[in-house]
Amino acid sequence: MIKAILVFNNHGKPRLSKFYQYYPEDIQHQIIRETFHLVSKRDDNVCNFLEGGTLIGGSDYRLIYRHYATLYFVFCVDSSESELGILDLIQVFVETLDKCFENVCELDLIFHVDKVHYILSELVMGGMVLETNMTEIITRIEEQNKLEKQEAGISAAPARAVSAMKEMNIPQKIKDIKLPDLPSIGNLKF
Amino acid sequence: MALRKVKGTLERVLDKNLQDLVRGIRNHKDTESKYIAECIDEIKQELKQENLAIKANAVNKLTYLQMLGYDISWAAFNIIEVMSSTKFTFKRIGYLAASQSFHEETDVLMLTTNMIRKDMSSQNMYDSGVALGGLACFITPDLARDLANDIMTLMTSSRPYLRKKAVLIMYKVFLQFPEALRPAFPRLKEKLEDPDPGVQSAAVNVICELARKNPKNYLSLAPLFFKLMTTSTNNWVLIKIIKLFSALTPLEPRLGKKLIEPLTNLIHSTSAMSLLYECINTVIAVLVSISSGIPNHTASIQLCVQKLRILIEDSDQNLKYLGLLAMSRILASHPKSVQGHKDLILQCLDDRDESIRLRALDLLYGMVSKKNLMEIVKKLMVHMDKAEGSHYRDELLSKTVEICSQSNYQYVTNFEWYVSILVELTRMEGTKHGKLIANQMLDVAIRVQAIRHFAVSQMALLLENSHILANNSHRNGICEVLYAAAWICGEFSEHLSNPKATLEAMLRPKITSLPGHIQSIFVQNILKLYGKILKAAEAKEDAELKAEVHQLLQDKLPVFIQSGDLEVQERACSILQIVKYVVKLEEKGAAVADEVEGLYAGELNPVAPKAQRKVPVPEGLDLDKWINEQPDESSDDEFAGPSFFLSADEQQHRSSYQYSNDVKATTYEPTEEELEKRREMRKSEVEHNPHYLKDDGKGKKKSRTLETVNANDVPVAQIDLSIPLHVPGMSTSDKYMILQQQAEKEKKMKKEKEKGKKKKKKKGKKGKEDDSDEDEIPAVHTVSTVVDAPEGADLSDKEDDKQSNDQYKALDMNLDEPLRDDEVLPVRTHHVVLESPRTGETNDEDDAGANKGKDSRKKSKKDKHKKEKVHKKEKRKQKKSESKDNSPSLLISEEPPETIEAEESSKTPQTEPKKISSKTKETVEEKTGDDDLSFWLSKDSSETSTTAPTDSSTSLPNGPPETDVGAVSPSKSKPRLAVENVVLSSDEDVEASHTEKHKKKDKKVKKDKEKKDKKKEKKKLKSKRKEYEEADGITTPSKENISISQQPTPSDVKLPPMSSYLPLAENEAIRLTYETRINHQRSDQIVVSVVFCNLTKNTLKDLEFSVLDTLNTKLIRGIGQKSHDAIRVPFVLLPEAQNEGQFAFTVENITMPQKLRGTLTYIVKTEEGSTQDKVDFKINLPCSTYLVATPSTSEEFSTLLSGSEACEKCSLKFSPIETQLALILAKTCFYLHFRVVEQVDNSASLFSRSIQGHPVCLLVKFNEGSLSVDGKSSDQTFLSNTLDDMKTLLTQPPPQQLQLS
Repeated sequence: MIKAILVFNNHGKPRLSKFYQYYPEDIQHQIIRETFHLVSKRDDNVCNFLEGGTLIGGSDYRLIYRHYATLYFVFCVDSSESELGILDLIQVFVETLDKCFENVCELDLIFHVDKVHYILSELVMGGMVLETNMTEIITRIEEQNKLEKQEAGISAAPARAVSAMKEMNIPQKIKDIKLPDLPSIGNLKF
Repeated sequence: MALRKVKGTLERVLDKNLQDLVRGIRNHKDTESKYIAECIDEIKQELKQENLAIKANAVNKLTYLQMLGYDISWAAFNIIEVMSSTKFTFKRIGYLAASQSFHEETDVLMLTTNMIRKDMSSQNMYDSGVALGGLACFITPDLARDLANDIMTLMTSSRPYLRKKAVLIMYKVFLQFPEALRPAFPRLKEKLEDPDPGVQSAAVNVICELARKNPKNYLSLAPLFFKLMTTSTNNWVLIKIIKLFSALTPLEPRLGKKLIEPLTNLIHSTSAMSLLYECINTVIAVLVSISSGIPNHTASIQLCVQKLRILIEDSDQNLKYLGLLAMSRILASHPKSVQGHKDLILQCLDDRDESIRLRALDLLYGMVSKKNLMEIVKKLMVHMDKAEGSHYRDELLSKTVEICSQSNYQYVTNFEWYVSILVELTRMEGTKHGKLIANQMLDVAIRVQAIRHFAVSQMALLLENSHILANNSHRNGICEVLYAAAWICGEFSEHLSNPKATLEAMLRPKITSLPGHIQSIFVQNILKLYGKILKAAEAKEDAELKAEVHQLLQDKLPVFIQSGDLEVQERACSILQIVKYVVKLEEKGAAVADEVEGLYAGELNPVAPKAQRKVPVPEGLDLDKWINEQPDESSDDEFAGPSFFLSADEQQHRSSYQYSNDVKATTYEPTEEELEKRREMRKSEVEHNPHYLKDDGKGKKKSRTLETVNANDVPVAQIDLSIPLHVPGMSTSDKYMILQQQAEKEKKMKKEKEKGKKKKKKKGKKGKEDDSDEDEIPAVHTVSTVVDAPEGADLSDKEDDKQSNDQYKALDMNLDEPLRDDEVLPVRTHHVVLESPRTGETNDEDDAGANKGKDSRKKSKKDKHKKEKVHKKEKRKQKKSESKDNSPSLLISEEPPETIEAEESSKTPQTEPKKISSKTKETVEEKTGDDDLSFWLSKDSSETSTTAPTDSSTSLPNGPPETDVGAVSPSKSKPRLAVENVVLSSDEDVEASHTEKHKKKDKKVKKDKEKKDKKKEKKKLKSKRKEYEEADGITTPSKENISISQQPTPSDVKLPPMSSYLPLAENEAIRLTYETRINHQRSDQIVVSVVFCNLTKNTLKDLEFSVLDTLNTKLIRGIGQKSHDAIRVPFVLLPEAQNEGQFAFTVENITMPQKLRGTLTYIVKTEEGSTQDKVDFKINLPCSTYLVATPSTSEEFSTLLSGSEACEKCSLKFSPIETQLALILAKTCFYLHFRVVEQVDNSASLFSRSIQGHPVCLLVKFNEGSLSVDGKSSDQTFLSNTLDDMKTLLTQPPPQQLQLS
């Protein structure tokens, strides 16, 4: 079982938090902070596993994380999950994000956290791994996006126009932060 | 309306959307909380709008704020509103918000049940998907109970996407609603073999999670998982299965033995590191569980260790880490195998990754031996020196001590060395383990007598340099070693080379900056030293020395009297008083040295671990009774802050540090009053007793209480010699120490003399009183039986565990037992349309409204059965009336007696067969529950089991019609005739076919008459006849084959009714029967003609037929449809009508029998509304399906036999149930599509040709009940499969015949 999936940046700002076990908001916040402290002090060339923090977990739980450019992807899992398997799952998740956002960067996660959630929900459901096949995941996401577009139809046109206008004013729109080149699927351990 | 919509949209444009909110927050970095507060106000306004789009937008923003840590529970209701939107876009937003913020206590969740149910059954797959995904996050026991059944339905959905999600969410359902596990389990198990790999993986996932908590219940699945393991190629699934096996093997060693081989193969073959790693882990688990008995198990271990070495040597830190982790698991059971890799492990200590170094340290612990201990420790010391970060250094330090002290210093050969190491360790800066080192020093000094001299000299040195250590007054800091040093120097002062210098060192003013409990020890040991010096001086008559010492003490002790620490103060006062007294006596010329020294006579030894237990509980003392109200169980250090007494106690020192863990658990926590009382008592004691020794808190509080209450009853006290040991203020452990010492002295002395200087001592060597316990493992935990508090605390711990495990414990149930009648999934009862839902999964209303309130399909078989009977009766009545009016045909003329019978049936034994058969039907079609289990279990062993659904269904096609009838609910057949592609109303139906089939009916009637005698069977027969009718009623071109095959059957034999229509599936709304036909134009196609029969009084529409394609057999769909799409059936089923639809399949290889799974979904249209439902089915395509009865002359036949075309031979001999060859031939011809070429006496030749041109020639000989068949064909597999078909057809007794007899 996966207990929580956290994504935060190099400064500990949460970019996505998904808890599969209930914690009140303030505790969730503390967990993110604690996890950030645990993870951020580790070099990039050390292993990606560590014992869980005090707030989340217990002896059975481990944090498995990957660090991509400005973002940390942290999964808190129990012993029923394979460590290397989860690492690969994180990779699948990030690659999926990369496909869906076309060169994903932190800004995508900042402004489209809802979409990231939808993508995640195709990978993990209720703390259990739902799908690991990227093509399948992307097919499902695209079909849902299509559905969304259909529903929006004409009535959403003005809204889109306005948001396009809004977007134009944003200097940050430049996708300055890029994820590093993802290893090709061939290199995956799966 | 439209205008308003546009207006709403325009308004919406001006609202902030999520991106604006994020942007705003980023632009207000300094005033973020203020800005967010504004936004929340805005959101509240937006939520008040009616426009759902605005609400959805607001909720979307709230979800973001939730992530930032804002509570959004106040918007729960709005979230539900958004969830209930019909638009997928909004629904998704709503469900996301719900999944992020809802939890069990969210009370509005109970409003969502019906909405979620509706969403789950939505036409749009993604609506259902989103609902399932959301539900997985916020499911509650109530939701689980109410929705379990709907989720069960989704598990059989035709869409793999939904099946997958439904299967996965079942785990959450089980956790919340354990009662669902047993009813749902068979289906879950079925999903382990789902054709979709995603669904399969989900099922494996769920079962693995379940099995992890309660492995024993899933042992029976081992064969299935074993099969999956050897066949699956999905690494995710493999990993899960392999992990599951490692949980199962401890329960069943035989399983482990079986596993070793495939796992070893996997280890050799896989390139996936994750899989390799899990395999190794499981092999380790297996080897641990079967510690012996496998001949080649050293080979397996070696393989694991080798592979792990590769992992550890890998440059990938993750692999290295995991390799070490797994290695430590091997270490526990097979230390020898690991020890060979010491070099590697030591190398890992140099790794830059701290986690890896720590793992390597763990491993080192198990790798030391007498030979390499010094070397390893040296290496560790070097690491300690250069270690960065106090955490790692501390870890190193404690590991070093642990390594040396393990198994009672088993590997330490030279204690001088060890003491030096300990002294060296005190130089580590900023360590937290001062206490640990101190404990080790005390332990070694006390227990290894031979080392005392050396130890004392080292300790004296430490005391000399105490100023260095004293700087660190952190509680567990290194200054703790001074505690040990002072005590050792005082206690074993006879070994001191210069006692006076040490005494001076101990009286330095700097000492007063040490923590109180250390000062107390100092003060106490000053007196010991003083006695020693006095004695020496007296012996040498060195008055000067005496005077110096007196002066020294009288000068320096007052510093301690001013101490803020009560304990120090008290002791200093007493000692100063003693010194003054001694001085006074000395002035009188008395020799007092002996008396002073006598205060500390005797030797101290460690307390036997079980010593405490030996203290008998005095009569009348109920230790389990609470003296006060039960204190808060939670904290040991509750009083630690304000009370000196306890703080000392907290840091109590055990003679062996190994005790300390146990002590912690057994520390009794006196209440404030008790403390006060005791403090008073002790004070007065101290005042009255000049020999008041010390309370360094060595004892447990409880034991103190014990003593305080009943000190004289404790037998220990009586052993005291000259020393008043039963001073209430003193801890029992001290007393025992002395007691122990006396009892043990001789023994120890002997032993130590034998072993000389370099010996290790056995811990837990006990006094005489303890002899019986000598072999027991040293542990103080037994004390807990005497002590209240720890026991209570212990209990509370356990309770906590229980709570956390509760949900898993609830899932601990035997899954192999068949379902009881009351084990059903609850079904909603309040659906308006639904008056008598007989099958829980479907909500179709039934025309017979008699069964109101029966809401559960499995509530009770009997209930259901009754219901069915009622249905039957009613239907029959209806039919009767209908038909009486319009068509007084042959058919109808037989109705009245039957109806009577049916009515009688509730009382007479006639019902028996019916009951059974309807039960069978249930088993077959609905209660997939038990049957699947037995199916899987029996699958390998026997194919002939009559109860297993698949078996019976395979037998159906070949069996005589009775079989068919039995399986297709004998009760429900109606006098309906199917005419292809035409929907007839019942009357026309009967009429039309009546004339057509007149001839045949004659035959039937004849038969019926014959059988009428057997009253009991009548019921059955009736329905049988109906089936027959149904079949014959169809006149289609494709039926020509069959009629051809019927022609040659000898007319003098009474033929049983035969129908090529086989039951496919049935529920209360629809019945499906099917027939396979051959497409004469195409050799690679076959047509399955399905008769849809509407059993309800409602219209069924939107029928969609979908089949899961296999590699070999694929449904031909419309252009552009994908392989999982359903085919729409091009007609609507009017009430009680039936119609036939044909579906073509492409077949690649016909030589093997095929089985296809599929689902039919449909919508029941009633006055109140429409409900969707579905029914699953399995189409059997045995090899004989592909045969075309081809006429052949005997000449052609013999040419073929002698020619080279049909060169493959196959023979079979069996005893058919039929006794006449004619019957056998008729059956074979009808069901297997053969034609008789020639028949002579008891033998006949038959011929047929497959659609792909394989000729099949059969020579059949019937002799005294045994039938021998010789076949020739061009394909061996095809021939043998066809013969198998023949055998099953002719030998399998129809199930209901068995039941009837």
